[in-house]
Amino acid sequence: MTRLRIGVLFSRVRVEEKWIFAALEARGIDYDRLDDRKIQFNLDDPSPWRQYDAILERSISYTSGLNALRILNAWGVPTVNTARVSETCGDKLATSAALAQAGLPQPETHIAFSPEAAIETIEKMGYPVVLKPVVGSWGRLLAKINDRDAAEAVLEHKDMLGSVQHSVYYIQEYIRKPGRDIRAFVAGDRTVTAIYRRSEHWITNTARGGEGEICPLTPELDELCVRAAQAVGGGVLAVDILEHPDRGYLINEINHTMEFHSLMPTTGIDIPGMIVDFTADVARGKVTVL
Amino acid sequence: MNASCPECEAVVTLAANAEVNEIIVCPDCGVDLEIIALNPAKLELAPMEEEDWGE
Repeated sequence: MTRLRIGVLFSRVRVEEKWIFAALEARGIDYDRLDDRKIQFNLDDPSPWRQYDAILERSISYTSGLNALRILNAWGVPTVNTARVSETCGDKLATSAALAQAGLPQPETHIAFSPEAAIETIEKMGYPVVLKPVVGSWGRLLAKINDRDAAEAVLEHKDMLGSVQHSVYYIQEYIRKPGRDIRAFVAGDRTVTAIYRRSEHWITNTARGGEGEICPLTPELDELCVRAAQAVGGGVLAVDILEHPDRGYLINEINHTMEFHSLMPTTGIDIPGMIVDFTADVARGKVTVL
Repeated sequence: MNASCPECEAVVTLAANAEVNEIIVCPDCGVDLEIIALNPAKLELAPMEEEDWGE
Protein backbone atom coordinates (compact mmCIF):
# COMPACT_ATOMS: atom_id res chain seq x y z
CA MET A 1 0.00 0.00 0.00
CA THR A 2 1.34 3.45 -0.88
CA ARG A 3 1.91 5.83 2.00
CA LEU A 4 -0.79 8.37 2.58
CA ARG A 5 -0.09 12.04 2.35
CA ILE A 6 -2.38 14.33 4.34
CA GLY A 7 -2.45 18.12 4.44
CA VAL A 8 -3.62 19.78 7.65
CA LEU A 9 -4.97 23.27 7.07
CA PHE A 10 -4.71 25.35 10.25
CA SER A 11 -4.67 28.92 11.55
CA ARG A 12 -3.17 28.37 14.98
CA VAL A 13 -1.58 25.39 16.62
CA ARG A 14 -4.02 24.89 19.49
CA VAL A 15 -3.80 21.89 21.77
CA GLU A 16 -6.22 20.11 19.40
CA GLU A 17 -3.81 20.56 16.47
CA LYS A 18 -0.90 19.35 18.60
CA TRP A 19 -2.87 16.21 19.41
CA ILE A 20 -3.82 15.73 15.73
CA PHE A 21 -0.20 16.11 14.59
CA ALA A 22 0.85 13.60 17.27
CA ALA A 23 -1.84 11.13 16.09
CA LEU A 24 -0.65 11.47 12.47
CA GLU A 25 2.95 10.88 13.55
CA ALA A 26 1.97 7.89 15.71
CA ARG A 27 0.33 6.28 12.65
CA GLY A 28 3.32 6.97 10.42
CA ILE A 29 1.25 9.12 8.05
CA ASP A 30 3.12 11.73 6.01
CA TYR A 31 1.57 15.13 6.53
CA ASP A 32 2.18 18.81 5.87
CA ARG A 33 1.14 21.68 8.09
CA LEU A 34 -0.57 24.24 5.86
CA ASP A 35 -0.88 27.67 7.47
CA ASP A 36 -4.03 29.32 6.06
CA ARG A 37 -2.34 32.74 6.25
CA LYS A 38 0.31 31.59 3.79
CA ILE A 39 -1.45 29.26 1.34
CA GLN A 40 -2.17 30.36 -2.24
CA PHE A 41 -4.25 28.80 -4.97
CA ASN A 42 -3.91 29.08 -8.75
CA LEU A 43 -7.22 27.79 -10.08
CA ASP A 44 -5.50 26.61 -13.28
CA ASP A 45 -2.96 24.52 -11.38
CA PRO A 46 -4.29 22.04 -8.83
CA SER A 47 -1.09 19.94 -8.90
CA PRO A 48 0.41 21.28 -5.62
CA TRP A 49 -2.80 20.26 -3.86
CA ARG A 50 -3.47 16.99 -5.67
CA GLN A 51 -0.32 15.57 -4.04
CA TYR A 52 -2.50 15.13 -0.96
CA ASP A 53 -4.77 12.12 -0.57
CA ALA A 54 -6.94 14.26 1.69
CA ILE A 55 -6.92 17.63 3.43
CA LEU A 56 -8.00 17.95 7.06
CA GLU A 57 -9.39 21.46 7.56
CA ARG A 58 -8.76 22.95 11.02
CA SER A 59 -8.87 26.69 10.25
CA ILE A 60 -10.08 28.99 13.01
CA SER A 61 -11.11 31.45 10.32
CA TYR A 62 -14.43 30.24 8.93
CA THR A 63 -14.01 32.32 5.78
CA SER A 64 -10.52 31.04 4.95
CA GLY A 65 -11.40 27.42 5.72
CA LEU A 66 -14.62 27.43 3.73
CA ASN A 67 -13.12 29.05 0.66
CA ALA A 68 -10.13 26.72 0.66
CA LEU A 69 -12.53 23.76 0.82
CA ARG A 70 -14.58 25.13 -2.08
CA ILE A 71 -11.50 25.19 -4.31
CA LEU A 72 -10.20 21.81 -3.14
CA ASN A 73 -13.56 20.09 -3.62
CA ALA A 74 -13.95 21.70 -7.05
CA TRP A 75 -10.63 20.06 -7.95
CA GLY A 76 -11.81 16.74 -6.55
CA VAL A 77 -9.43 16.78 -3.58
CA PRO A 78 -11.16 14.95 -0.69
CA THR A 79 -11.49 17.03 2.45
CA VAL A 80 -12.59 16.54 6.06
CA ASN A 81 -15.01 18.13 6.30
CA THR A 82 -16.39 19.12 2.88
CA ALA A 83 -17.20 22.60 1.61
CA ARG A 84 -20.89 21.72 1.71
CA VAL A 85 -20.67 20.71 5.38
CA SER A 86 -18.68 23.82 6.21
CA GLU A 87 -21.16 26.07 4.40
CA THR A 88 -24.01 24.56 6.36
CA CYS A 89 -22.43 24.27 9.81
CA GLY A 90 -20.68 27.65 9.75
CA ASP A 91 -23.95 29.48 9.21
CA LYS A 92 -26.65 29.02 11.85
CA LEU A 93 -29.42 29.82 9.39
CA ALA A 94 -28.15 27.23 6.90
CA THR A 95 -27.90 24.69 9.75
CA SER A 96 -31.47 25.42 10.87
CA ALA A 97 -32.73 25.09 7.30
CA ALA A 98 -30.97 21.71 6.91
CA LEU A 99 -32.38 20.47 10.24
CA ALA A 100 -35.86 21.66 9.23
CA GLN A 101 -35.52 19.86 5.89
CA ALA A 102 -34.57 16.67 7.73
CA GLY A 103 -37.47 17.10 10.16
CA LEU A 104 -35.15 17.13 13.20
CA PRO A 105 -36.04 18.86 16.49
CA GLN A 106 -34.52 22.29 17.09
CA PRO A 107 -35.41 25.41 19.08
CA GLU A 108 -38.22 27.51 17.58
CA THR A 109 -36.34 29.77 15.19
CA HIS A 110 -37.53 32.91 13.41
CA ILE A 111 -35.73 34.94 10.77
CA ALA A 112 -36.18 38.57 9.70
CA PHE A 113 -34.14 40.92 7.51
CA SER A 114 -34.90 44.31 9.03
CA PRO A 115 -34.99 45.62 12.62
CA GLU A 116 -38.70 46.45 12.18
CA ALA A 117 -39.59 42.94 11.06
CA ALA A 118 -37.37 41.52 13.81
CA ILE A 119 -39.15 43.43 16.58
CA GLU A 120 -42.54 42.36 15.21
CA THR A 121 -41.39 38.74 15.22
CA ILE A 122 -39.97 38.99 18.74
CA GLU A 123 -43.20 40.55 20.07
CA LYS A 124 -45.17 37.67 18.54
CA MET A 125 -42.77 35.06 20.02
CA GLY A 126 -42.79 36.56 23.53
CA TYR A 127 -39.84 37.12 25.86
CA PRO A 128 -37.18 36.03 26.52
CA VAL A 129 -35.65 35.30 23.12
CA VAL A 130 -32.06 34.81 22.03
CA LEU A 131 -30.54 36.76 19.12
CA LYS A 132 -27.55 35.11 17.47
CA PRO A 133 -25.26 36.21 14.65
CA VAL A 134 -25.57 33.65 11.84
CA VAL A 135 -21.79 33.38 11.61
CA GLY A 136 -19.80 33.27 14.81
CA SER A 137 -18.68 30.93 17.51
CA TRP A 138 -17.50 30.55 21.09
CA GLY A 139 -20.73 32.16 22.32
CA ARG A 140 -19.68 35.50 20.85
CA LEU A 141 -22.33 38.22 20.46
CA LEU A 142 -25.24 36.10 21.66
CA ALA A 143 -27.91 38.28 23.23
CA LYS A 144 -30.66 37.12 25.58
CA ILE A 145 -33.48 39.63 25.16
CA ASN A 146 -35.77 39.88 28.19
CA ASP A 147 -38.05 42.74 27.16
CA ARG A 148 -38.95 45.18 24.39
CA ASP A 149 -36.50 47.83 25.62
CA ALA A 150 -33.60 45.39 25.31
CA ALA A 151 -34.85 44.18 21.91
CA GLU A 152 -34.98 47.71 20.50
CA ALA A 153 -31.51 48.53 21.87
CA VAL A 154 -29.81 45.40 20.54
CA LEU A 155 -31.55 45.60 17.16
CA GLU A 156 -30.49 49.23 16.75
CA HIS A 157 -26.91 48.37 17.66
CA LYS A 158 -26.85 45.49 15.16
CA ASP A 159 -28.37 47.73 12.49
CA MET A 160 -25.98 50.64 13.03
CA LEU A 161 -22.75 48.92 14.06
CA GLY A 162 -22.90 45.45 12.59
CA SER A 163 -21.44 44.22 9.34
CA VAL A 164 -23.87 43.16 6.64
CA GLN A 165 -24.24 39.64 8.06
CA HIS A 166 -25.84 41.21 11.16
CA SER A 167 -28.77 42.32 9.01
CA VAL A 168 -29.91 38.70 9.11
CA TYR A 169 -31.89 38.60 12.35
CA TYR A 170 -31.77 35.04 13.67
CA ILE A 171 -34.08 34.80 16.65
CA GLN A 172 -34.65 31.74 18.82
CA GLU A 173 -36.86 30.92 21.76
CA TYR A 174 -34.91 30.87 25.02
CA ILE A 175 -34.65 27.29 26.29
CA ARG A 176 -34.80 26.90 30.08
CA LYS A 177 -32.21 24.15 29.98
CA PRO A 178 -31.02 22.46 33.19
CA GLY A 179 -27.79 24.47 33.61
CA ARG A 180 -26.07 22.41 30.95
CA ASP A 181 -26.08 21.39 27.32
CA ILE A 182 -24.74 18.31 25.55
CA ARG A 183 -21.86 18.12 23.12
CA ALA A 184 -21.62 14.87 21.17
CA PHE A 185 -18.84 13.84 18.82
CA VAL A 186 -19.89 12.07 15.62
CA ALA A 187 -17.50 10.35 13.20
CA GLY A 188 -19.18 9.03 10.05
CA ASP A 189 -22.20 6.96 10.98
CA ARG A 190 -21.73 6.71 14.75
CA THR A 191 -21.75 8.89 17.81
CA VAL A 192 -18.49 8.29 19.59
CA THR A 193 -18.95 10.08 22.91
CA ALA A 194 -20.78 12.94 24.59
CA ILE A 195 -20.30 15.33 27.48
CA TYR A 196 -22.50 17.69 29.44
CA ARG A 197 -21.21 21.25 29.46
CA ARG A 198 -22.30 22.68 32.77
CA SER A 199 -22.42 26.38 33.54
CA GLU A 200 -24.32 28.75 35.80
CA HIS A 201 -24.37 31.14 32.84
CA TRP A 202 -26.98 30.62 30.12
CA ILE A 203 -24.12 30.41 27.60
CA THR A 204 -22.60 26.98 28.26
CA ASN A 205 -19.71 26.96 25.76
CA THR A 206 -16.55 25.62 27.35
CA ALA A 207 -14.85 28.51 25.53
CA ARG A 208 -16.84 30.65 27.97
CA GLY A 209 -15.94 28.65 31.07
CA GLY A 210 -18.51 25.80 30.93
CA GLU A 211 -17.24 22.62 32.61
CA GLY A 212 -17.43 19.15 31.06
CA GLU A 213 -18.69 15.89 32.55
CA ILE A 214 -19.59 12.57 30.95
CA CYS A 215 -23.05 12.28 29.38
CA PRO A 216 -24.41 8.73 28.98
CA LEU A 217 -24.79 7.90 25.30
CA THR A 218 -28.30 6.45 24.99
CA PRO A 219 -29.55 4.88 21.72
CA GLU A 220 -31.95 7.84 21.36
CA LEU A 221 -29.15 10.39 21.70
CA ASP A 222 -26.88 8.38 19.39
CA GLU A 223 -29.53 8.19 16.65
CA LEU A 224 -30.41 11.87 16.92
CA CYS A 225 -26.77 12.97 16.70
CA VAL A 226 -26.06 10.77 13.67
CA ARG A 227 -29.19 12.04 11.91
CA ALA A 228 -28.17 15.63 12.70
CA ALA A 229 -24.68 15.03 11.33
CA GLN A 230 -26.10 13.45 8.17
CA ALA A 231 -28.53 16.35 7.74
CA VAL A 232 -25.59 18.74 7.26
CA GLY A 233 -23.66 16.37 4.99
CA GLY A 234 -21.84 14.07 7.43
CA GLY A 235 -18.21 13.70 8.41
CA VAL A 236 -16.45 14.45 11.69
CA LEU A 237 -18.74 16.75 13.62
CA ALA A 238 -19.66 18.00 17.07
CA VAL A 239 -23.40 18.19 17.69
CA ASP A 240 -24.62 20.55 20.43
CA ILE A 241 -27.94 19.64 21.99
CA LEU A 242 -30.23 21.42 24.44
CA GLU A 243 -32.62 19.60 26.77
CA HIS A 244 -36.07 21.16 26.74
CA PRO A 245 -38.10 20.39 29.88
CA ASP A 246 -41.10 19.23 27.78
CA ARG A 247 -39.88 18.64 24.21
CA GLY A 248 -36.70 16.77 25.08
CA TYR A 249 -33.59 16.98 22.90
CA LEU A 250 -33.29 19.97 20.56
CA ILE A 251 -30.33 20.34 18.21
CA ASN A 252 -28.73 23.70 18.82
CA GLU A 253 -25.81 23.71 16.42
CA ILE A 254 -23.31 21.49 14.65
CA ASN A 255 -19.60 22.31 14.54
CA HIS A 256 -17.43 21.25 11.61
CA THR A 257 -13.95 22.12 12.98
CA MET A 258 -14.65 21.27 16.57
CA GLU A 259 -12.49 21.93 19.57
CA PHE A 260 -12.26 19.03 22.00
CA HIS A 261 -9.94 20.16 24.78
CA SER A 262 -12.79 19.48 27.27
CA LEU A 263 -14.33 16.47 25.53
CA MET A 264 -11.14 14.41 25.41
CA PRO A 265 -9.90 14.69 29.01
CA THR A 266 -13.47 14.26 30.31
CA THR A 267 -14.27 11.13 28.31
CA GLY A 268 -10.79 9.64 27.86
CA ILE A 269 -11.76 8.94 24.23
CA ASP A 270 -8.99 9.42 21.66
CA ILE A 271 -10.75 12.09 19.60
CA PRO A 272 -7.70 13.20 17.55
CA GLY A 273 -6.99 9.53 16.74
CA MET A 274 -10.53 9.15 15.46
CA ILE A 275 -10.31 12.33 13.39
CA VAL A 276 -7.06 11.08 11.84
CA ASP A 277 -8.47 7.58 11.23
CA PHE A 278 -11.56 9.05 9.56
CA THR A 279 -9.36 11.33 7.42
CA ALA A 280 -7.21 8.32 6.48
CA ASP A 281 -10.34 6.39 5.47
CA VAL A 282 -11.39 9.33 3.29
CA ALA A 283 -7.87 9.50 1.81
CA ARG A 284 -8.00 5.78 0.96
CA GLY A 285 -11.44 6.16 -0.59
CA LYS A 286 -13.07 3.90 2.04
CA VAL A 287 -15.40 6.76 2.91
CA THR A 288 -16.77 9.05 0.22
CA VAL A 289 -17.32 12.63 1.31
CA LEU A 290 -17.44 14.73 -1.85
CA MET B 1 14.27 27.79 25.72
CA ASN B 2 13.73 31.51 26.24
CA ALA B 3 12.51 34.32 24.02
CA SER B 4 11.73 37.97 24.46
CA CYS B 5 8.16 39.32 24.54
CA PRO B 6 7.81 41.86 21.68
CA GLU B 7 5.32 43.86 23.76
CA CYS B 8 7.10 44.23 27.13
CA GLU B 9 10.53 42.64 26.58
CA ALA B 10 9.98 40.15 29.40
CA VAL B 11 11.89 36.88 29.14
CA VAL B 12 9.36 34.17 28.21
CA THR B 13 10.29 30.54 28.85
CA LEU B 14 8.92 28.12 26.26
CA ALA B 15 7.73 24.63 27.19
CA ALA B 16 9.89 21.72 26.03
CA ASN B 17 7.13 20.59 23.62
CA ALA B 18 6.47 24.08 22.23
CA GLU B 19 5.62 24.17 18.51
CA VAL B 20 5.80 26.80 15.79
CA ASN B 21 2.43 28.61 15.40
CA GLU B 22 1.43 27.78 18.96
CA ILE B 23 -0.11 30.61 20.97
CA ILE B 24 1.29 31.35 24.42
CA VAL B 25 0.61 34.11 26.93
CA CYS B 26 3.31 36.46 28.19
CA PRO B 27 3.52 35.89 31.97
CA ASP B 28 4.42 39.54 32.55
CA CYS B 29 2.07 41.61 30.36
CA GLY B 30 -0.54 38.95 29.51
CA VAL B 31 -0.50 39.54 25.74
CA ASP B 32 -1.13 36.60 23.38
CA LEU B 33 2.04 35.63 21.54
CA GLU B 34 2.59 33.35 18.57
CA ILE B 35 5.74 31.26 18.40
CA ILE B 36 7.17 32.12 14.97
CA ALA B 37 10.38 30.11 15.19
CA LEU B 38 12.26 27.70 17.45
CA ASN B 39 16.05 27.39 17.79
CA PRO B 40 16.33 30.26 18.27
CA ALA B 41 12.88 31.02 19.60
CA LYS B 42 11.10 34.05 18.18
CA LEU B 43 7.76 35.47 19.30
CA GLU B 44 5.33 37.86 17.62
CA LEU B 45 2.05 39.35 18.79
CA ALA B 46 -0.70 36.84 17.98
CA PRO B 47 -3.44 37.88 15.53
CA MET B 48 -6.48 39.43 17.20
CA GLU B 49 -9.68 37.36 17.29
CA GLU B 50 -11.81 37.96 14.20
CA GLU B 51 -15.58 37.89 13.90
CA ASP B 52 -15.63 34.62 11.91
CA TRP B 53 -13.26 32.73 14.20
CA GLY B 54 -14.49 29.62 15.90
CA GLU B 55 -14.97 25.91 15.63
